[in-house]
Amino acid sequence: MSPVPEDLTGPGLPEPPVPPDEPDGPRVGTDEWVAEHEQRRETGKGLTGVIARVWNRIPPPGRLLVLLGPFAIFPFVTSEGNLFRYGLITIIYALLATGLNVVVGFAGLLDLGYVAFFGFGAYLYGIMASGHSGHHLQAELAVPIVVASTALLGLLLGLTSWRLLGDYLAIVTLFFLQAFVIFVNNANGGLNDFSYPFVGKVDLTGGANGLDQIDPLNWFGLKITTTRGYYLYTLIALALVMTMLYFVNQSRTGRAWRALREDPLAAEAMSTPVNRLKLLAFMFGAGVAGFTGTIFGAVQSGAFPGDYDVGLLITIYAIVILGGLGSIGGVVIGALIVNGAPELLRSSANARFLFYGVLVLAVLVAMRPWYRALIVLAGTVVFGLAVHAIVAATWSRGTDGHIEGGGALGRALEHWVLLPANPQRIAGWAYFALICAALVLTVVRGWWRVVVLIPTLYLASFVWENKLVEQVSGATRLILLGALLVVIMNVRPAGIFGTARVEVV
Amino acid sequence: MALLELREVTKDFGGLRVVDHLDLHVNEGEIVSVIGPNGAGKTTVFNLITGIFHPDSGEIRFEDQKISGLPPHSITNRGVARTFQTLRLFLNMTVMENVMAAAYGHTKGTMVESMLQLPRARREERRIRALAEEKLAFFGQRLAGYRYDQPAYSLSYANRRRLEIARAMATDARLLLLDEPAAGMNPNETHEVTELIARLRDDADYTILVIEHDMHVVEGISDRVVALDHGLKIAEGSFNEVATHPLVIEAYLGMRAAEEAV
Repeated sequence: MSPVPEDLTGPGLPEPPVPPDEPDGPRVGTDEWVAEHEQRRETGKGLTGVIARVWNRIPPPGRLLVLLGPFAIFPFVTSEGNLFRYGLITIIYALLATGLNVVVGFAGLLDLGYVAFFGFGAYLYGIMASGHSGHHLQAELAVPIVVASTALLGLLLGLTSWRLLGDYLAIVTLFFLQAFVIFVNNANGGLNDFSYPFVGKVDLTGGANGLDQIDPLNWFGLKITTTRGYYLYTLIALALVMTMLYFVNQSRTGRAWRALREDPLAAEAMSTPVNRLKLLAFMFGAGVAGFTGTIFGAVQSGAFPGDYDVGLLITIYAIVILGGLGSIGGVVIGALIVNGAPELLRSSANARFLFYGVLVLAVLVAMRPWYRALIVLAGTVVFGLAVHAIVAATWSRGTDGHIEGGGALGRALEHWVLLPANPQRIAGWAYFALICAALVLTVVRGWWRVVVLIPTLYLASFVWENKLVEQVSGATRLILLGALLVVIMNVRPAGIFGTARVEVV
Repeated sequence: MALLELREVTKDFGGLRVVDHLDLHVNEGEIVSVIGPNGAGKTTVFNLITGIFHPDSGEIRFEDQKISGLPPHSITNRGVARTFQTLRLFLNMTVMENVMAAAYGHTKGTMVESMLQLPRARREERRIRALAEEKLAFFGQRLAGYRYDQPAYSLSYANRRRLEIARAMATDARLLLLDEPAAGMNPNETHEVTELIARLRDDADYTILVIEHDMHVVEGISDRVVALDHGLKIAEGSFNEVATHPLVIEAYLGMRAAEEAV
C-alpha cells in the first residue's frame, strides 16, 4: 500500500466532490490501488481474460442466445440418434444442473439427495400417465401436479437443513436418495411391500423391472412423440428456467440466497428469514428436478431404479462444479463437456484429436512464460522426428506399424511417433515409464522441467498410439475425460464461468 | 420513554454466568455506550438483544413490546439492527448488494413475481436500490459511485466497517447496535467514527447503543455510559461519573489502582 494515508479528508477538511461513476484518472484520497487491483482481477490475463471481457460486454439476452443458439440449430443438421445422445441428454442434464445450482451454488446447501427428486418426478408422472398404472392424465394436468408434489417433497427434505449444515446435511440427504432407490426397487406390490392404508397392496413402481409404458407428454391433445419434439420442448424449458433464474438472482430472493451462503448469521441479523429461504431453495431445485423427471420419463417411456442413483448425482455435480458454482450459464457448458466429451470419444479419430488437443492446450496454458511453451512444443516435434529417424535406420521393425483410419493427422503421425509391429510388451513398459516421468515432472522446476517435459510428451503420444487408442471405447475414454476435467479445473479453478470466491481476507 | 429496555436479563453458558440480572434502557434519540474489560459480557448483551441468544431469565422489550424469544430476523424487522465486532460482511457480494440484501425484511416481492418481472417486484427493486444509494451516500465518497459494483472483499478495513453500518441502516431500523465501530482504525479514522455516530443520531434520527473500547470515542459521543464487568452492571451515568467510579477503575486496572485513585 502507498504510504499516503487512505483518508486525507479529515474531519476539519471540506468534503471533496463525489467522483463520477467511471474513474477517469488517479485520485488521491480514494482507495485507488484497491480499485485498480480489482480491475486487474476482473479482466485477467491472456486468452481467458479476453474471453471474459467480451462475455461481460454482451447483454444478458445475447448471452442466452450465444449459449443456447447452437443448440437450436443442432436438430436440423444431425440424425435422430445423435440428437438423442448428444443433444437431448445434454440439455436434460443442463436443466437438472440448473436446479441443483440453486441449492448448492446459490444457497450453499450441500444436497446429495437431489437426484431422488428427478426420479420422483419421472415415477410420479409414470404413475399418473402410463399403461403400467392404467391412468392416462394429460400433461397439462400431470406436469403441474408433479412439479408441485416434488417441490413439496423438497420442502420436507429441506426441513432437515434447519438444523443441519455442510457434511451433516450431505449425509442425511444422501440417505434420502438411497432410501428412495430402495423404495422404488421394492414398491411393486409384492410380498415384501407395504400394505397401504385404505388401498392395500399396490404396484406403484414396478420394482426392479421399472415402470414401463409411460405415455408421451400430451399437452392439450398435442402429443410429443419424436426425439426432435422432446429436444425442442426441453430446450425451450431450459431457456425459460434460465431466464427466470436470472431474474430471481437479481431480486431480493437471489440476494438473500447469496447472503445466506456467505454468512447465515449475518443474513439472519440483517432481516433475512434464513430458514424460510433455505426451504425455498430446496423447493425451487426440487421443482425443476421433478419437471425434468417428467421429460425423462416420457422420453424413455419408462422409469427404472438404476437411472436415479449416485452415478447420476456425481455427473450432475460435476456439471455444476465444472460450469462454476452459482453461474447460470455455466451449467450449459458443463453439461456439454460432461455429456458430450465421453460420447465423442467413442471414436478413435475424435479421441486422437482430443488427446493431442489437450496436450497442446495444457502445455500452452501451464508453461510460463509463453516462449517456453513454444520451445517445448517445437522441441517435442524435433525430438520425435529425430527418434523416428534413428529408429528407422537401426531397427526397422520399430516403425512398421500403421495408424488405422487416422486421416491426415494419422498419416502425419506415422512419420513421427514410433509404431512397433508388436507393441504390446514395450507399450506396457512405456506406460509405466510415462507415469514415472509425470511424477518426476511434478518435482523439477525451471528449465529442467522443459528438458523432462519434451521426452515425456513424446512418451505420452507413444503410449497413446500403441496402447490406449485400442481401448478407446472403454477405459481410455474415462481416463481422457478425467484428464480433460483436470486440465479445465486447473485453468479455471472456480469453474468455467465461475468467479473465484474469497473466503477470508 | 425507553425505546429499548432490558429487565433482569440473565444468561448462562453452562456453569458460567455471562450476563447477570442486567437492567439497561436506551431512550429514544440517545447514544448509550457500553464499556467494560474483555469478557465482561458486552457482545453477549448485543447477541441477546438481537435474538442470536435467548435470555435464560428476564425480558427484553423494544417499543414496549417483548422481543426476547423472537428469531433474529423478526427482531431486526421490529427496528433493531446491528454491526459485528468481527466484521461479517457478505464478502463475495458487491457493495451495493450488501446494502440491498439488508432490505429483505421490509420488502414483499415474492419469488414468482420477480421470476416473471411483475410490476410490483420491479418497482420494489428500484426502491431498494434508491434506498441503498441513499444509505451509502451517508458515508460520502468512500462508498460512492464506482465502489457500488466492487466486491466487498476489495474494501479497506475502515470502509468495511462503514459498509456494515450502511447495511444495518438499510434494514429500516430505529435502533442501531454498533459493536466496536472504531476497532482497528487509525486515530484519524477513529475521530471520524466519533463524528459519524453523532451524525447518525442528529441527521438520521437513529438511537444508538454502542460498545467501544476507545475512551476518546466514548467520551466524545455518549449521553450515558454503562460499565459491565463479569456480566454485572457496575456503574452507570455520564462519562465522567463512570470513568472515575472506583469499581470501573478496579475492573480495568486492578484493586490497588482503585484504592490509589480514591
